[in-house]
This record gives sequence, C-alpha cells and structure tokens, in this order.
Amino acid sequence: MSSRRGELDGAGVARLDSEPAVELSRNPADEIKYTTCYMCACRCGIKVYLKDGKVRYIEGNRDHPVNKGVLCGKGSAGIMQHYSPARLRAPMKRVGPRGSGEFKEISWEEALDTATYWLANVRATDPKRLAFFTGRDQSQSLTGFWALQYGTPNYAAHGGFCSVNMAAGGLYTIGGAFWEFGDPDWEHTKYFMLFGVAEDHASNPIKIGIGQLKGRGAKIVAVNPVRTGYNAVADEWVGIRPGTDGLFVGALIHELFANRTIDLDYLVRYTNAPWLVIEDRGAADHGLFVRDEKGVPMLFDKKSGGLVHALTPDASPALTGARTLADGRTARPVFELMSERFLSDEYSPEAVAEQTGLKPEQMRRIARELAEVAFEQEVVLDHPWTDWTGRRHEKMIGRPISMHAMRGVSAHSNGFHTCRMIHILQVLLGAIDCPGGFRYKPPYPKQVPPWLVPHGALQTIRPLEPLGGPHLGFPLGPQHLLLDDDGQPSRIDKGFSWDAPLSAHGLMHMVINNAAKKDPYAIDVLFLYMANMAWNSSMNIPGTLEHLTAKDDKGEYVIPKIIYSDAYYSEMVPYADLILPDTTYLERWDCISLLDCPISTAEMAADCIRHPVVKPDRDVRGFQEVVIDLGARLKLPGFVNKDGSPKYPGGYPDYMVNHERKPGIGPLAGWRGEDGTKTGRGAPNPDQLNRYLENGSFFAHEIEPHMAYFRHANRDYMEWALEMGFRVETNPVIFQLYAEPLQQFRLAAQGHGERQPPDSHRARIDKYFDPLPFWYPPFEEDMVDSGTFPLHAITQRPMHMYHSWGSQNAWLRQITAQNRLYIHRDLGREHGIEDDDWAWVSSTIGRVKCQVRLMDGVNRDTIWTWNAIGKRKGSWGLSDDAPESNQGFLLNHLISELLPEGGGGYRYSNSDPVTGQAAWFDLRVNIEKADGASETEPRFEPVKQPFEMDKPDVLSFGAEFREGRK
Amino acid sequence: MTSLPQTTKKKLGLVIDLDICVGCQACVTSCKEWNTGGYSAPLSDIDPYGADPHGSWLNRVHGYEVGEGATGRTVHFPRSCLHCETPACVTVCPTGASYKRAEDGIVLVNPDMCIGCKLCSWACPYGAREYDENHGVMKKCTLCVDRIYNTHLAAEDRIPACVRACPTGARHFGDIGDPGSAVSKLVAERGGYDLMPEMGYKPVNKYLPPRDRRDSTTSTFQPAVEAPDHNGGGDRATSFFAWADKMLSR
Repeated sequence: MSSRRGELDGAGVARLDSEPAVELSRNPADEIKYTTCYMCACRCGIKVYLKDGKVRYIEGNRDHPVNKGVLCGKGSAGIMQHYSPARLRAPMKRVGPRGSGEFKEISWEEALDTATYWLANVRATDPKRLAFFTGRDQSQSLTGFWALQYGTPNYAAHGGFCSVNMAAGGLYTIGGAFWEFGDPDWEHTKYFMLFGVAEDHASNPIKIGIGQLKGRGAKIVAVNPVRTGYNAVADEWVGIRPGTDGLFVGALIHELFANRTIDLDYLVRYTNAPWLVIEDRGAADHGLFVRDEKGVPMLFDKKSGGLVHALTPDASPALTGARTLADGRTARPVFELMSERFLSDEYSPEAVAEQTGLKPEQMRRIARELAEVAFEQEVVLDHPWTDWTGRRHEKMIGRPISMHAMRGVSAHSNGFHTCRMIHILQVLLGAIDCPGGFRYKPPYPKQVPPWLVPHGALQTIRPLEPLGGPHLGFPLGPQHLLLDDDGQPSRIDKGFSWDAPLSAHGLMHMVINNAAKKDPYAIDVLFLYMANMAWNSSMNIPGTLEHLTAKDDKGEYVIPKIIYSDAYYSEMVPYADLILPDTTYLERWDCISLLDCPISTAEMAADCIRHPVVKPDRDVRGFQEVVIDLGARLKLPGFVNKDGSPKYPGGYPDYMVNHERKPGIGPLAGWRGEDGTKTGRGAPNPDQLNRYLENGSFFAHEIEPHMAYFRHANRDYMEWALEMGFRVETNPVIFQLYAEPLQQFRLAAQGHGERQPPDSHRARIDKYFDPLPFWYPPFEEDMVDSGTFPLHAITQRPMHMYHSWGSQNAWLRQITAQNRLYIHRDLGREHGIEDDDWAWVSSTIGRVKCQVRLMDGVNRDTIWTWNAIGKRKGSWGLSDDAPESNQGFLLNHLISELLPEGGGGYRYSNSDPVTGQAAWFDLRVNIEKADGASETEPRFEPVKQPFEMDKPDVLSFGAEFREGRK
Repeated sequence: MTSLPQTTKKKLGLVIDLDICVGCQACVTSCKEWNTGGYSAPLSDIDPYGADPHGSWLNRVHGYEVGEGATGRTVHFPRSCLHCETPACVTVCPTGASYKRAEDGIVLVNPDMCIGCKLCSWACPYGAREYDENHGVMKKCTLCVDRIYNTHLAAEDRIPACVRACPTGARHFGDIGDPGSAVSKLVAERGGYDLMPEMGYKPVNKYLPPRDRRDSTTSTFQPAVEAPDHNGGGDRATSFFAWADKMLSR
C-alpha cells in the first residue's frame, strides 16, 4: 500500500515520489494456541502465537472469564520468561557443599531412582520424616492427594505466608473470602474499599474492575500506607499506619452503630446475631451458643415468646434482651455482645485517631458515606428468587458497597481478627452476595467454617499407610488439633497445634527452622516445589541458610536430604541435593481445578488447563508428571492399580481426565460423562481434554440470574451446588459474627475440657481466641522498643513482577533491576537523607544497606520497598555485576521468623496466633544515613552456575520473524 | 529535510486516560512483544542479563508524584509517539526515512533508509524516539501499523497491542480527525488535552486528565448534630438496643 506524498521545493529536501510500501497484513503466526498463564496467581487465558516453531506473541483470550482479553505487564513479557537462560536443563545431583551451586547433571532415571529410594525408606519406617511443601503450586488437589496417600502429616503450600489470614478470617465468618473465593460486584458496586491491596491478588480482574468503576463514577477508597498503583487512582487515599486497619474498621462499625445505620433485617435473616450465648462465667459452656438436645443453636422468638431453633423459617427472632434459660441461667443474643464491643469508647474515632494516624472527621465521614450508599442508593434487579425457606422474592435488592483486602491486612499478626472485622462491616451494611456487594465465586459459599477437619495426628500415622483424610481443614475446637499424646505438635510446621490452632494453610515458613532444630522432631527428606525458601520466600534469610546447611556432630546435614523442583536456577536450587527440573509454563500440562482454587468468577463456575504449546528443548519434566510417576514408583494407593501397575500411565493428562475424587467428580468439571454432556458430576470422558482445547483451554458454566445473588440463602443455588458436588447439603450459610469455635479454644485455655493448652500457652489462647473480633497491636510492635525502632517497614511487588516466578526476565528487569528504599520526605529531612543517598535499615536481628528515594505518598512512619528484586549473585542467570545483586536488596534479612522469648523462654513463630500466618508486615526498624556507599549489604557468597547459561550480550529477539519480509 | 503531506485522510492516534492508568506496564511490554517481531523487528536489548540492561521500547510508563500533602497525587504517565500533525522529527530527517503517512497520519521510520543520525530524536520534544544501538536505526511507535490493517487478525483485534492489552481500559485508539468517532467524543467529554501544545507540533494523541477526587479536600462533610449516643455514658448500648427492638417490631 503506498500513496503519493506532497512535494516541496528546495535543496536538501528529501523528495520521494511515493511512500515506501509497508507490509500491513503479514501473518503473525503459523498457529495460535490457547492456554493459561502462570506468571502469577491470576491464571488468565492466553493466546500464544507461534511462528517458525518459536513463540512470537502472547495476548489475552477475550472469551476467558478471568481476564476477558486483557493481559498484564508480566503476561505480556512471557516470551522472555519462557526463553530465560536461567532455565534448568536436566536433573542434577549436588556434588559440592550445600549452597555452593556445584552440581552434576544426571539422567531422569537416576534422579527418580534416588528420590524413590529416599522416599520409600521414609515411608516404610516413619512417614512423618518427609516434609512435602509446595510454593506457588496451582495443583494442590494433586500434590495434597499425593501427600495423603504417602501418609506424611507434613504437607501444605505457601498460603501460610501468603493469605491464610484472609482465607481463614473469611471462611470462619461468611463461608467465603476475598480474592480466590469472592469478588466485588464490579458491575453494580457504587463504593469500593480496598484494604492493604498492594497491586496484588488479583491482578487483571481488579484492574479491569477499577477501570469499570471509575468509568461509572463509583467511589474508590484505598486504605494503604503507600499511594502507588491501585491506591494512586483511588478517589480517596487513607494513608493508614500499618497494622491498625482493625482500629479504623472498628471505628467505622462504631459509627454505624452510633448512627443507627445498619441493616437489621439482613442481620436477622442471614447472621447469627439473634443466636443466644450462654452467660455463665466460669462454667464449661460459658460463651457457647444455647443449643437444644440435638445441638441446634437457639434464638428467642418474639412471636411464640420462647426459644426456637435458629433455622426456624417463620420465627420472629429477637436481637436484644437477656433470656433466662430453663436451668435458670442467662443468655444474651450475639447482637448485644457485638454492639457492646463496638459501641465502646475503645473504637470511637477519637480513640483510634492517634494509633491509626487518621483524623476522626475522615472516619466519621467515610462511615456516613457507606451508610448513604448502602441505604439510600440501593440497587434493584428484577430477578425473582427463592430463599432457603421457600419464600419467593420478586426482586434482588442490593447494598452497593464492596470491599477487598489482601496483603496489608493478611501479613500482620492481628490479621485474622482484622479480616473478620472487615467482613462484619460488610455484613452490617447488608453487602454480602447482594447486587453491588461482595460476591462469592463457586464453589463458595461453604458452611461457616467449611466442614473439613485437618488430619495427621501422630497417633494415626503408620508406615505404608495413607493419612485418614486431607491435611488441611478448619478445626471447630481443641478436639480437632493435631497433637501427640503429650499435647505436642504432630506437624513439623506446628500447624494445628496450640501455637497456631486454625492454621488452615499450614506454616511453610517454619518448616526449615523447625526441621533444623528438630523441633518438634527431626525429618529425613525435605521435598519442596516452586518456593524460593533460601531467599525471598523466607523470613530471616541468614538464619534460614544456616538451618539449610547445619550439620550434626558426625558432620552430616541435620536436614539430611533435600529434593527441590524448580524451572529456573533460583537461590533455592543450590541448597538442594537432588534437583528435578520443571518446565516453563508454556511447556506443561496443568489443571486449575474446582477441587482446589479454581478460576471461577462470581458469574460462573469455571476451571481450566494448561497444555504444552511448545515442546521443551531441554531434559525437563512438569513437576506434576514427576509427582504422578513417583506415586507409581512408590506404589502409593491411588497411583497404582491392584496389580501394582501405574494407574496413570499417560501421566498428568491421564490423571486430569481419569482421576475421580468421588464417583463422578474429578479434577475437571467440564464435558464429563462418557459423551461429554455432563457438567460437574459424570463419568470420565476420554475426549475431555480435546473439548477443553477446542474451548480455549477453559470451561465455564454460567450461573442463571435467579441464582446469581444471595447464594448463602438461595434455595435454587444451593440445590445446584449440591448437584455439582460443591456442597454436601442445602442448609443456608449463616454468617458467624460470633465465632463459637474460637470460644471453644478459649474455654480450654480457661481450664475446661479434656484437651487444654500447656500452661505456657494458656494466656495467649485465652486472649486471642476471642469469639468477637478485636484489635491488638501487632506482636513485634508490642515486643520491641518503639523508641529504638520507631518505623514500620513493609514491601510490595511491582505490578509487572507481582507474584511472578523470576524477575530475571530480560524485559521486566529493564523496568526494575534495582529496588529503592522509599521514605517520606519529612523523614528524609529529619535524618539528613536526600534522594539517591544510601541508608542503613536496622531491625532487632540485623541491618541492610539500601539506596533511598524520597516520596510524598507514604505514611510518615512507614518505609517500604519493592520486594524480591534483590537477587543473590550467581542465581537466575544474571551476571555478577547485575544491579539486582549489588544494589538490589531484600528486607527479609530483617524479619525474624521467631518472636522474642516470652514468658517461660518459649519463642513462638512470628505469626498470627490464630492462623499461623507469617507476620512479615509487623517489621519495626530504624534508619540512619550511610555515607559513601554504593552497594547494598549484606551480600552473600556468590553461588556457582552449574551449567553454561546462554546469556547473549545483545538480544535481538524477533529479528528472525523479520527475515524473509518483502 | 523531509516533507510532510499537506493533509492526511485520517488522524489515527491514541487517547490515554490518566484517571485510570495504574502504571502496570502492560502496554509497555505488550508493545515490546508485538513490535520486536513486527514492522520494527527487532527491538534490541543490550546487556539483557548484565549490569545495565537497556534497549529499545516504543512505549514507556513513568510514575511520579504531583503536589504534596493532602492535595498530592501519584500519576502514571504513558509516553509514546504522539503522531503529531506537523512533526519536527519528520521534517529534520535528511534521508526521507522518517515520514508521515498521508493515508492515516501515522509517523513511521523506514528502517531501510534510516542512517541512524538521531536528528529526529533531538527534534522530538516528547522523547518519543528510540535509537536501536544494535540495529543502528531509529525505532518508534508505529501505532501497530502491521496490526490495524492486518486481515489475519480478527476485526476487533485490529488495534495497537497496547490498547489490546491494557487491563484498566485506559487506552483508546481511533480517528481523532473525525469528530464523530468514539475517541473524539471521549476527548470532548473528558476535556482531553494536547501535550505541550505551545511547541506547535499539534500532537494527535490526547491525554484525558485525572477526574476530580472526592476526598477530604473536596468534602463538605459536617458532623451531624451529635446523637446522645456519641457522648458516651453507661446506657449507650441500652438505648441502641431499644432502637433495634423498635425497628424490628415495625
């Protein structure tokens, strides 16, 4: 295509008769394949353009429920992730000391033989001596199943240092949770509050949603000490002091009560606000619900003037008034107890102003705005629906307030209670699963908490036998803890012990520390997947490296064998003895299952797959293939047939299609049944994967309008969820404002019941197992001297590297190869620190030297940096002079994995006392100027690169696609 | 010197919404990814795994703060060629490699004629041109000229890669010369503006300014006359319960 150009006279003017021909319609791909991204936890649908056998371009799939066509900065740099020189190329065994990086490449047969030999010995003698923990694993329904069949109690994924406070806080309150289990109603919400969402969880859905909200004029309030990313575009930035969100939310609740702006009808209908709580201080059932002989909770019915079952359809429940029970004792409704807590002066805006750093007027105003939107700007949809009692409602009426919370709430030691408080704020406004509110994603909502108790008490562990059930669950009281006969932890991470009773995701962050100290016991094999525990995924890295290399009197490693699977030469690789090289995300099979953390949205139940869109050019295997292979070699039940032959000879795809967790229910919900006509439940379909591939590698089942909201109490939804296998019965989900399971633990601490905490733990359990949420200072803040360490230090990942596996990406590191320490201008002035100066940041356990950038949009008492930019020299295929390892730094070095000694000399993990969530946002520090510096400290010994990595001086990716151009 | 067309049939360009850009870099890397294998291939990267990784990018996003204290805000600012109506980068080109297409107004560099003299990058006040050190020629935003007319792509995908990827919907593409186009309407509605109009190059791309905030700086909130319950006192709860009771007995 060419056209005439205008002509000009004069010497020196280029005069071309026509524009050059531009090839406007070159075919960019020989083939386009649809799969699922894996550069973070978002799991967006992608279209991979292939040209001449190479990846030419990656874009979002418009039909995909998660990203609807868009793709983030990481996903769009996927080519460089896929072609990274740091990719492992073959199995390796360690030949130098741990940490040296000296390896020898070996065959898969040797690698699998070695692993099988190690694992078989442990399984035949003492299965608990295997600790199997996976990091950013998206196949926990498989890895968990494998660990269950193996019979070790020691299994979990990375949720313990990621989001368990959010998951547990939500599941113990509303039967769902932020992020994976719920989303704001982007289409209808008019007021959106983000708490501690540091450009994370989730990525594209939140970005799409924020764009939508701003376009519609909905108000966005960002509660975050740092004003970047999502917080930068909010209408209102609430630059709160870290760890005080619970006070702010408490003040909002206080105001809602004081102003009489709460949804009483909603509370009566959907919550335990009217349930009666026994008041009999000192009794074994004090603080428990009044129950009938069958154990059903009771409330006072104004109509009949007596106590009735909490789920009596036509009752007229009383929210107030003390009642005298048949035995003469008193009981009061939850509503009264909750109101008293939040109406107290403790939560008045004035009382919390100093701690939060917020002005009382601002808190009062936000509370009024919430009420105004909730009660004066209802959203009404003309969708008739039927509630669980059979009552038909002509319309769906919603309170268009939505909220989302993540890291900034989760990573504090008061995160569980704070998260519960946020959910209670939503409930008081009537804004759960209503038009404009927070919406569940299938398979949620579940019962509160889900009916799944943890398994793995030591008394039940036997050689060569599977565990009695899944590892992770939701204890209802001390009876569900995993303790040995002496009351000591059964799990290596001390999950579900008195240290962390509701640790629904385990405590991966404590495994290495505990194993090295043989506390509670020694292990033989540590088996890790996709978790950089020798670097940015651990607290106290120097300490962690000592643990990984600790030797006993005989000179043997205290953690004798470490198996690790990773796709890249990360900092963890040098610390393992046997390396099982994983594929990149474009070379693998995967299923993102409804049995695990699916890709469902509020509108649809959905799952998806990955498939190899390019063949590996190295001797690597997808980790899940290897897990299934090892399962067969170890003859684990579930992985072999009766005759001992492998049950899934076709590997992971075979498992994805043919594995059944319960009859008719397998990893993938779409196109089940022999002819592919069944959804959710149905016989395995040999053609299932082809159907996924034809549909862009995902399956989505849209939820009909009459089941789209109020799903906690929507009869038709419940029946459908039962059919799909999401639920085991159709009772409504009643929101637990008052969490009775916590009171069960508290009663044990007060001396009741057969199972009581050791004396060292009594006071702690008594205090933190309050059935009503409350705020307390984060532990580190409480335990270190605030004069010496006056500042908070927090981290976030840049959006273009959020949750990603390997920021060594050649394109992304051009955007961020060095992180800075961001501090408020006033703080800089106070310390005589200017832009680009270097400073020491010190905590109780160490100090790190960092280069400073001053800013305005940060809480005055808070310093922060981009996390995981700092890399260890020698790792990730970077050269020794890379900024990542010379100027880039981690704050992890400053975060202790243990709290200071408390009474009795015991050191708890630096975690939430309820859930065990790693409290890495609790960090307290001070700063001082470091004159004359140009490099970070500490810097660790470089690790050797075990094989030649193809690191070009110049990268001309794409030149090959230009050749042959006309 | 290179001449410009007297007029162009269309004025294709981008409209970028600064109100919703969160600085995620999706437009930056999707641009790189498409164009390193497209018309401008390759967009070279120098020292990609070393001390000073840098290369050619046709679109970059800068984040910075404006103002201080209560009125301060953080802005993310995507920067690429604005496809000016009277671009100095074209008129200074000694070889005719830089030119403005009469068809649609896109400013392009013909790599076969570019001698890498960098005059154009000196002339561009917006810093939108990127010299490819390895390739020895100048690179710049092509508005994805090899996408927008590409019949191998679905019609809805014939838009620049940056627009296609943008998760918040902050980027729009269209004919800004047509007052009836969606982008022109958006510019009119939202007060879209030219970058540095005083320079006189008449940029085609427009920026939509951040919307007004609704926060403590704009609020007219007055605490209501205090309810008795705000004043503390022993029976705050009692009177609250009485209210709840009354409401539920309606």
